[in-house]
Amino acid sequence: MKMVVGKGSCGIAAGANKVSAVAEEYIAQKGLNIPVTVTGCIGMCYLEPIVDVIDDNGEKTTYIKVTTDTIKEIIDAACEGKKAEKYIIDAEDKAILDKQTRIALRNCGIIDPENIEEYIAKGGYKAIEKCIKNMTQDEVIEEIKVSGLAGRGGAGFPTWFKWTAAKNAQGTKKYTICNADEGDPGAFMDRAVIEGDPHTLIEGMLIGAYAMGSDDGVVYVRAEYPLAIVRLENAIKQARDKGFLGKNIFGSHFSFDLRIKAGAGAFVCGEETALIASLEGERGMPRLKPPFPAQKGFWQKPSNINNVETYANVPWILAEGGDKFCAMGTENSKGTKVFALTGKIKKGGLVEIPMGAKVGDVIYGVGGGIKEGKAFKAVQMGGPSGGCVPAELIDTIIDYKSLAATGAIMGSGGMVVMDETTCMVDMARFFLDFTCKESCGKCIHCRIGTKRMLEILTRITEGEGKDGDIELLENLANQIKSSSLCGLGQTAPNPVLTTIRYFRNEYEDHIYNKKCTAKQCKPLISFEIDAEKCVGCTMCARNCPVNAITGKVKETHVIDKNICIKCGKCVTSCKFDAVKIN
Amino acid sequence: MSCNCNCAQLSFAELEKAGIDATLLEPIFEKYGKIEGSLITILQHAQDIYGYLPVALLNYIAIKTGIKPAKVLGVATFYAQFRLEPVGKYLIMLCQGTACHVNGSVDIETAICEELNIKEGETTPDGLFTLNNVACLGCCSLSPVMMINGETYGALTPAKAKEIIAGIKAKEVE
Ligand SMILES: Cc1cc2nc3c(=O)[nH]c(=O)nc-3n(C[C@H](O)[C@H](O)[C@H](O)COP(=O)(O)O)c2cc1C
Ligand code: FES
Repeated sequence: MKMVVGKGSCGIAAGANKVSAVAEEYIAQKGLNIPVTVTGCIGMCYLEPIVDVIDDNGEKTTYIKVTTDTIKEIIDAACEGKKAEKYIIDAEDKAILDKQTRIALRNCGIIDPENIEEYIAKGGYKAIEKCIKNMTQDEVIEEIKVSGLAGRGGAGFPTWFKWTAAKNAQGTKKYTICNADEGDPGAFMDRAVIEGDPHTLIEGMLIGAYAMGSDDGVVYVRAEYPLAIVRLENAIKQARDKGFLGKNIFGSHFSFDLRIKAGAGAFVCGEETALIASLEGERGMPRLKPPFPAQKGFWQKPSNINNVETYANVPWILAEGGDKFCAMGTENSKGTKVFALTGKIKKGGLVEIPMGAKVGDVIYGVGGGIKEGKAFKAVQMGGPSGGCVPAELIDTIIDYKSLAATGAIMGSGGMVVMDETTCMVDMARFFLDFTCKESCGKCIHCRIGTKRMLEILTRITEGEGKDGDIELLENLANQIKSSSLCGLGQTAPNPVLTTIRYFRNEYEDHIYNKKCTAKQCKPLISFEIDAEKCVGCTMCARNCPVNAITGKVKETHVIDKNICIKCGKCVTSCKFDAVKIN
Repeated sequence: MSCNCNCAQLSFAELEKAGIDATLLEPIFEKYGKIEGSLITILQHAQDIYGYLPVALLNYIAIKTGIKPAKVLGVATFYAQFRLEPVGKYLIMLCQGTACHVNGSVDIETAICEELNIKEGETTPDGLFTLNNVACLGCCSLSPVMMINGETYGALTPAKAKEIIAGIKAKEVE
């Protein structure tokens, strides 16, 4: 028997470290011999901490929301050959895994990321062995071409094309780089892959390096992912010890080694030329392309940059065949894609599904719908560079082309779900605040234009919007898009444009009627106590930080609007739902 | 490449006066000083050692690595990770990413500011807490999220955030 504790960053945040510490202590105390091992994120973050008990026959029982108390019950039951039924995952949640097709995430949440043997037992490093022993560089690239694999980092560029360019580039020194900067706030699949299955990234990079004739690799990981860095460092060391990294791999002439470079917190460094500048120790400012990194990249040498998820698909494609990958998906988008479901969704987490599903299938079929039974309003796809897909377009097919037609993008696969209580003008303001702060400042339109747009949006959400503001925003948006050097500026106005496109009425309500339908913009709302519902419990008055509420016990209370700071404490403290927001 | 005047000694003395022991950086210079493009790595290690990067230290790093001081300052101010001011004993990194924003991270910020009586980016007068907003901690499905000295706290409510901070405060008083 053994116990496996899910210890991705999400599991740890939910308390997995404490649970496994208690488990080990309890097992030792009882004199038992049950190993407690680690695995990465299975994707069902809303159920964390998750513990699997695998009995001697290999049968797995999954326990959810495990606490430092329930873990003891689980261990007790397991020792008696029973199950702690109360805490077992229910059939509906379990079915979420069956609805997926896992390629990039195939080992995440299953194997121990700190133990290379478990990766090897799953067929790991067999694909690179096959490449080195039986395939030429061109044959490897051909297999990737057949698969139809496109970059998962945002732009969706065909991977085989980039590899061919790097292979054909002049020079003997070439770099294989992995972009693990994962800048889109709301996306975390790259983190999950590195934390849960670091060897698949290493093997993917090895295959790419072999195909391009490169002997040197760098993984650029964002600074906010300390656990990913630790796990990857450990994996690189193990791979070196086993001879998968280093000189003359599998006794061939092919040599390759890999190191990690930690980012320092700048969204723009996800852009490939900025990433290269940052690798060279400079400010992360993008430059004009061409020359493309495949011609002149890191230290002016030919370099290939791919996203984590892109590389993670590669070993599977080489092992199973490009045609099998290509058989999934739609005409223009092949294979599977990982999505990070977050926001107002019931079952938030990571899901990997074939391209071609509908937006609604993901939100309702896999994600379980909207929290607290509220109405679905829109989903933001592609992060700050993307746009929103509104409820009426819920049947949109998830592939590169169909999403682009809505004004959103596939991006890295972040899906932030918004409900009726989300104000779309506020969301637009939020994204502009982000891009304005993250603009590197090189292009004037991106640096100053985003600032002006932010000012206008802030004004509108504060009830100071003017006639003509919407047109002004559109005008500025088009100028910024056409006059920025890199993708950051070129896409920064997208959240504003899509919200204007689908929720123009909300903008107009803010500007002309001084009204925020979602009741989020503080300057546009006021609080009032419903005399019918108020029982005079004094709860609101006691919680009001500025003493704006008066009233005697058992009598209706009143809010003095001149004193009220609209903090909303009365709303959350009232047990009788008596405080109304106007 | 260092120069021949004694600017390195002068800079070292200045740091010493400010109570900063620059010798701790020697192993870092040893390891990375000669590798081109290591400025960010050196700054990261320096910040790990001293908690922040005072300008005098940036100057010293410039002298020791032969990189122009303007460039060192330029890099240090470009990246959000680098701090030129000291931080409190507990660094609260509050996520203001998209998922956290949608789930009410603004109210969490208000609550923390209330509890600590500081604004975002500031440090409490007793030097215990600093509050910094960050863009995403990668735990979006547990939003809203904050990280205090490497430990992540998820599914926050204003009350829960206050409770966590009050708990740390109470532990410090003991
Ligand atoms: C502002 C900006 C931010 C980006 N951030 C990322 C990122 O965090 N991760 C990523 O893989 N690609 C990011 N990209 C895309 C990269 O520039 C590049 O296209 C990608 O890493 C290529 O890998 P792929 O072909 O495997 O997708 C970003 C692009 C821009 C313009
Ligand atoms: S948006 Fe807050 S953790 Fe990702």
